[in-house]
Amino acid sequence: MKKKVAVLFSGGKDSCLVAWIAQKEGYELGCLVSIVSKNKESFMFHVPSIGKVRMQAEVMRLPLILKESEGVKEEELEDLENAILDARDRFGVEGVVTGAVGSVYQASRVQKICNRLGLECFNPLWQENQIELLKDLVAENFEVVVVGVAAYPLDEKFLGRVIDERFIEEMKGLREKFDINPAGEGGEFESFVLNCPLFRKGLEVNGFEDFGEENSWRRELEIK
Amino acid sequence: MILIINLCRERLHYYEFVKPIEDILKQGGFEFESLHYSELDKEVLARCNKVIICGTSLKDEEFVEDLDSFSWLKDFEKPVFGICAGMQILGMVFGGRLKKNLEIGFFHENFEREFLGISGEVEVYHLHNNYVEFGKGFDIFSEKNFVQAVKLRGKEFYGVLFHPEVRNKKMILRFCEDGTD
Repeated sequence: MKKKVAVLFSGGKDSCLVAWIAQKEGYELGCLVSIVSKNKESFMFHVPSIGKVRMQAEVMRLPLILKESEGVKEEELEDLENAILDARDRFGVEGVVTGAVGSVYQASRVQKICNRLGLECFNPLWQENQIELLKDLVAENFEVVVVGVAAYPLDEKFLGRVIDERFIEEMKGLREKFDINPAGEGGEFESFVLNCPLFRKGLEVNGFEDFGEENSWRRELEIK
Repeated sequence: MILIINLCRERLHYYEFVKPIEDILKQGGFEFESLHYSELDKEVLARCNKVIICGTSLKDEEFVEDLDSFSWLKDFEKPVFGICAGMQILGMVFGGRLKKNLEIGFFHENFEREFLGISGEVEVYHLHNNYVEFGKGFDIFSEKNFVQAVKLRGKEFYGVLFHPEVRNKKMILRFCEDGTD
């Protein structure tokens, strides 16, 4: 019997990619777990466009546990633990899949929560080379757009960029020149997935509104 | 060829505990093969030059029940590097006892003597539920509350309780280079 897992889901490229990897490896996706942090500087959770995960869950035909958090450091972990507990008790998941790549802060906290709740913790992108991660997205036909930036020299013009071969080449250059993590692992940019092999149909951007200044911007997408 | 031994019960844990080691070896230009411990045979053990035994998840202790699958280590003469659960296997096969203790996250460990290219105080990533009380025959290179790094006397068998693939990648490369000792 397939093991049922919950995916910690932000709607961005990493959480969609790990959900896809888990399914390909024979796991059943039991539900998605998303935390909407009121703190835009949250250490744990990706913030931009997270309200849109409802639509992603719909096209993935998966139940979504969406919890609000004040986003106070460490207290937001209690909100996450309650959400994971909910996933375990309502959907019978035996493990949690995260999109952690290099953040020991995030990974170790989820490990502790899973350990307390008697769940397996899976981090399929752990220590993954960031250029390879971007290439995997392109190879697997993920349609991903940038919905937030938070590092020089990325600015308003970077919002809406699609992750494709040209993007990857540009990120290689930015890594060399400005030490930018090419897949945004350091929070340099945030992404939103419009389509991937798990979606029954792709999502379309109907409009957007940008907020920010200088090198800190976020884009609120209007999705249909 | 370096043989990477996968201990993971769960397929999805390959990406977390085995693939990062493969990536380090790829980057270092080393030839390797990865196999689950249940797939090991005499032929592959004879063909490899060195062995790395990877770690596994906190909840996965299947390897403890399958300790007989590692009895080949007793007569094995090639270098072996046990990481976390891999170290626990080395300890148990050579007379040690498994004990419980949970550590998750970054810790500082002190190496008074050089061990696979590292020395002094270093930051390491821990993810383990167990540690080993080692039997006689092991030289201890780092110990804080319990043993962090060992080498079996008379063989090139090394073990670390932490995960060097996260912050101490050069230890793995050092082990893979010729003339580890």
